[in-house]
Amino acid sequence: MAWTRDQMAARAAQEIEDGFYVNLGIGIPTLVANFIPDGITVQLHSENGMLGMGPFPWEGEEDPDLINAGKQTVTELPTTSFFDSSASFAMVRGGHIDISILGALQVAENGDLANWMIPGKMVKGMGGAMDLVAGVRRVVVLMEHTAGGKPKLLSACTLPLTGKAVVDMVVTDLGVFAIDRKKGGVTLVETAPGVSVDDIRAATEAAFAISPALKHGTSLASV
Amino acid sequence: MAINKVYPDAVTALAGVIRDGITIMAGGFGLCGIPTALIEAIRLSGAKDLTVVSNNAGIDDAGLGVLLQTRQIRKMISSYVGENATFARQYLAGELEIEFNPQGTLAERIRAGGAGVPAFFTKTGVGTQIAEGKEVREFDGQSYVMERGLWADLAIVHAWKGDTEGNLVYRKTARNFNPIMATAATVTVAEVEELVEPGTIDPDHIITPGIFVKRIVKLGSVEKRIEQRTVRKRAA
Repeated sequence: MAWTRDQMAARAAQEIEDGFYVNLGIGIPTLVANFIPDGITVQLHSENGMLGMGPFPWEGEEDPDLINAGKQTVTELPTTSFFDSSASFAMVRGGHIDISILGALQVAENGDLANWMIPGKMVKGMGGAMDLVAGVRRVVVLMEHTAGGKPKLLSACTLPLTGKAVVDMVVTDLGVFAIDRKKGGVTLVETAPGVSVDDIRAATEAAFAISPALKHGTSLASV
Repeated sequence: MAINKVYPDAVTALAGVIRDGITIMAGGFGLCGIPTALIEAIRLSGAKDLTVVSNNAGIDDAGLGVLLQTRQIRKMISSYVGENATFARQYLAGELEIEFNPQGTLAERIRAGGAGVPAFFTKTGVGTQIAEGKEVREFDGQSYVMERGLWADLAIVHAWKGDTEGNLVYRKTARNFNPIMATAATVTVAEVEELVEPGTIDPDHIITPGIFVKRIVKLGSVEKRIEQRTVRKRAA
């Protein structure tokens, strides 16, 4: 049985370590905040100029001057700081953010990422995605394994790139893949419960190796 | 006697500066920290063929969306234009030009422009469409693309508090692009929620020093909209 969106988010959250500064993308990656392991402390970065992002406000306590990168109302924590957009991206581009977890349209076996435009469709812009993948020390993609039955983990991206050789790990509903973005090459390191390596092969275009320490059917608590 | 930077209202504050064909920087992220009154004053001026540098393009009936509806904007330089039907319609009809910049590159272009730096190298966008036609150079074994500093004829910014010297303080995430844009234009006009006498704001807390601000206007009523209201429900 493939992982649910919550379980995918929980799996990605295992990549976060104590003391990390973390940037979460919009969509499934936002759910990762709900699964940060007990006993570790992290600060969430919001590209619009905030570190130490708190949860959504209680009803009636929304502040229009306090939003996240998805323009949602959020709250402050005792650790919170605010800064301008160039300082925010100095943190990103300067390698001060430890991990970025974001969504994707396509990932290639050399670590290329496409997640900002589909030619022929209305383009909304890349926002901060190109800066994040270029500058953050570790980039984890959280995505459905296929879209409309078509693989998203490919030998080469066909869509315009967000970044070249930038992805370190891909977590999908079927499994977890490590990517060596220096030398290229994908390794399957974990499968979802009831998902076989053959199932994954059938749904993947990219060539991948199988880790000698492959974990089968990792069970993740659902919420 | 010092030059008086304080103007009675937003329309007066733009007099002699706003005209057809100029480049304007407009602060804000989404609808947060946008200079609403100054955008309205631009609408009332009727100035057209404007190039607007702003992270986003507002929504249909708020923020820069107002100037899209009146077709005063010819070109946007932005990182993300989101859900704006007016924008999409004009763009697809070929009436509006868009130059997408990665958000951090946009911010740094503005910072550089304001600091007198004509160009810089960044790893953002290397190997993507963004780098096409631009110089790519290797430093310490890694590739970087050259981006140019940005300068505008006019910057419009929103601040929380300002004094009559033009020193500004922002509130929470409404800071965003405002302080850097304030540095990167021939004329910067700031709208403030609260206008105080010099000496009232602790000098250690000033974010934008008054040297960057030519004109300042105190807002009457302050209307702030929330784009995505998200809340936790209290237990009954």
